[in-house]
Amino acid sequence: MQASLKRTPLAPVHEALGARMMEFGGWWMPVQYKGILDEHKAVRSAAGLFDISHMGQIFVSGGDAGAWLNSILTNDVSLLQDAQGQYTLLLNEQGGVIDDLIIYRIEPDSYLLVVNASMIETDFQWLRSKTSGKITILNQSEQWAGLALQGPAAEGILARLLGDQIQLPARNGLLSLSIANGPVLIARTGYTGEDGFEWFCPASVAALWWDKILEAGRPVGILPCGLGARDTLRLEAGFPLNGADLSPTHSPLEAGLSFFVKFDKGNFIGRAALDAQRSGGLERKLVALLMGDKSPPPRPHYAVFHAETPVGETTSGSLSPSLGAGLAMAYLPAHIATLGTLVEVEIRGRRFPATVAKRPLYRRQKTSGAH
Amino acid sequence: MNVPTDLLYATSHEWLRQNATQATVGITDHAQHELSDVIYVELPTVGTKVDAGQQICVVESVKAASDIYSPATGVVSEVNEALTQDPALLNTDPYDKGWIFKLELTSDADLSALKSPEQYTAQLGNL
Repeated sequence: MQASLKRTPLAPVHEALGARMMEFGGWWMPVQYKGILDEHKAVRSAAGLFDISHMGQIFVSGGDAGAWLNSILTNDVSLLQDAQGQYTLLLNEQGGVIDDLIIYRIEPDSYLLVVNASMIETDFQWLRSKTSGKITILNQSEQWAGLALQGPAAEGILARLLGDQIQLPARNGLLSLSIANGPVLIARTGYTGEDGFEWFCPASVAALWWDKILEAGRPVGILPCGLGARDTLRLEAGFPLNGADLSPTHSPLEAGLSFFVKFDKGNFIGRAALDAQRSGGLERKLVALLMGDKSPPPRPHYAVFHAETPVGETTSGSLSPSLGAGLAMAYLPAHIATLGTLVEVEIRGRRFPATVAKRPLYRRQKTSGAH
Repeated sequence: MNVPTDLLYATSHEWLRQNATQATVGITDHAQHELSDVIYVELPTVGTKVDAGQQICVVESVKAASDIYSPATGVVSEVNEALTQDPALLNTDPYDKGWIFKLELTSDADLSALKSPEQYTAQLGNL
């Protein structure tokens, strides 16, 4: 391990479980324990537990924090009630994506922002540089650990762990609990396309809760899962990865995230650039590419061709374990970024056919327990 | 890790089984374990001339593509088409059903550079 890499409070637990570890966004993280395919399947059919302690927790409060955040983020913060969250984007002045994150309203003018690991310091400094008035911004990423419990069995596992008297939050909701071992924030969110929860607790008790959740999930076959399965799961679910599918040079409109940009709420950073894109039309759009079944799996930065002309490159890609076919994302010129367009992806000098497909490629079965 | 005693080994974790002028090549149990779930094997083309140590084909796991190097000099005489349908044979049976290609040896000079099972086991012990 490189000495400069940051370790989550669960790093010793992963190493004891025999996980394969790698560098991710400056962190020393597990890629897999048993194997990516088994872990992927566990999340789709039962449950998986991920260490997301590398993600950042930034608390914003005081003054008119809500109105101020609404001028910084793309989604409409004013739509949130207490204990509700929403997916939103932090843009630069050019309308490009600095980070994608989930913002929760804890109470009026008190918010939690859960941000990407590699962007914690950037986001924190960006927010501080825009502060006005009596707003307090605290980066508590070091003090908080995060566990993501994902899969159709997640709700039952938490019910077993916490008892039936606890009312679990609805989709995107946040539950603050004060129980043995200190405070816990339980959000019904995730990055897998399944029902599930993100569980935030003090770093000092992360290992304790990790073991308790695995124990409660044992009867249904829960598996600890690494970043490998996290990537294949999110790709199937059509969720973009910041730093790959999202970048400071692409807008959320180009990335297909216009649902999370609210133009009727007033001004926000990057808006002028997005208005220009809306009136002038988008040049490029992010699409999902489904490979034919004879193709090797696509990877990031493979060239994409249309009618023998290079038109872009893949931003992420892998085998989709659920579909048994390769799946990639790429920005293509808008006129060919339409469903059903046939393109080719170049893999080690050979070109393989791919089709622009509707995102997401995988959609979970709705169950009565999910909200 | 399983290291059969009747094979020769390359430092880059390929095995070679010699039968007169023909050699069968695959990847070791250690290699398949390191790769984890193999999902795609790009087989070499029959008739390809290859030198010992030269990249000859590609094996892909969910996470990454890895180059496979020929442990000997020769001409590819046969490839294991079963891997096209079932690449996981590399994980489940790396020394038998998971063989990758056969070489018609044009020189046996390189074979002496390969490792014995004892030497390869020692290499794994140093990892």
